[in-house]
Amino acid sequence: MSFWKPADVGFAVRGKLVDIGFAARLLARLVRHARFSFRRLSLVRDQVHFLGNYSLAIIAVSGLFVGFVLALQGYYTLQRYGSADALGLLVALSLVRELGPVVAALLFAGRAGTSLTAEIGLMKAGEQLSAMEMMAVDPVQRILAPRFWGGVIAMPLLAAVFSAVGVIGGWAVGVLMLGLDPGAFWGQMQGGVDVWRDVGNGVIKSVVFGVTVTFVALLQGYRAQPTPEGVSRATTRTVVVASLAVLGLDFVLTALMFSI
Amino acid sequence: MERSKSDVWVGLFVLIGAAALLFLALQSANLLSLNFQKTYGVTARFDNIGGLKPQTAVKSSGVVVGRVESITFDDKTFQASVTLALQTRYSFPKDSSLKILTSGLLGEQYIGIEAGADEKNLQAGDTITSTQSAVVLENLIGQFLYNKAAEGGGSSGNSNKK
Repeated sequence: MSFWKPADVGFAVRGKLVDIGFAARLLARLVRHARFSFRRLSLVRDQVHFLGNYSLAIIAVSGLFVGFVLALQGYYTLQRYGSADALGLLVALSLVRELGPVVAALLFAGRAGTSLTAEIGLMKAGEQLSAMEMMAVDPVQRILAPRFWGGVIAMPLLAAVFSAVGVIGGWAVGVLMLGLDPGAFWGQMQGGVDVWRDVGNGVIKSVVFGVTVTFVALLQGYRAQPTPEGVSRATTRTVVVASLAVLGLDFVLTALMFSI
Repeated sequence: MERSKSDVWVGLFVLIGAAALLFLALQSANLLSLNFQKTYGVTARFDNIGGLKPQTAVKSSGVVVGRVESITFDDKTFQASVTLALQTRYSFPKDSSLKILTSGLLGEQYIGIEAGADEKNLQAGDTITSTQSAVVLENLIGQFLYNKAAEGGGSSGNSNKK
């Protein structure tokens, strides 16, 4: 264990600065290429298909079980205070505000983010990206931007599916299994959930998470070391960084949105 | 743009996502109840509004007839000034009274409107003066203790006289 020399610290800081600059520049390029991506919609469509449709099953099943568990746990707590009728409200608010966007984003990072990183990383390792550059095709424009926008489109839809299926799961446990009154279940929910303040902010959150997860995945793939080991490390980093970013951002967004 | 088989699936995916959003908006948030019906504004003054918030329901006989639009504090009368948006299709006599009620033990607070007997109806911009404030538990307990103390003091006084 030797102490860091000041020069090492400086070197590390400079390295981090370069990374941040590179990431910011890549994000700017991805956003700038939005026009290109949407002019060649078939590229984005294929990515929505790949990222969205294939994630649908895991998102829906997870949403269902999260809804089940929320209803069971919520019932256990609410029953003590004699307000088990508010279960619908509890399930809907927790899903729409927090769990829907966040858990969907975490699953999306694991299901779609990793495959994006691995794909880009292997393209880089196979020198396909360099080959495109040789042919004067910008790989950021042709490969990364459609994936980015595909992910940004797919993520809010997945989060909405997650929340909706979760609410249905909560209904199944609450009404069918525990025998709550369906009128009270839906009525309390409808009385307490606001379209813009709760559902709308949930959608905003999921869009932000979509940008975050997809961007982190693409960035890690794009700057992966072009070796099998480098790609595997980049894939791992995608999950870690994307998950932490989602959880951290969620705190900030919640504080911004619901503090007032 | 060339068509491909994935078009169908992507379309389906987008539809499912949109349907989920619609479900959340309609079923869980009840967007339809955000009525786009015409309303008229009526002001009411309360000594204490308790936990009343904007968008709280105004109910008559348990039926929602309007919503609380805004709540402000009037520093002339030191009262809360609550603006209600009542639906135009319902009209109430001028001397109707308002109460702040709670639905259930832990439920939300709402305003109950009780019809009076005046022949004239409330118009937009009118002020309702007969209001009953929210029940504040601390005041209630304070009153109860005060009454108890007064009772105890009174009875001991009586016994002294006899």
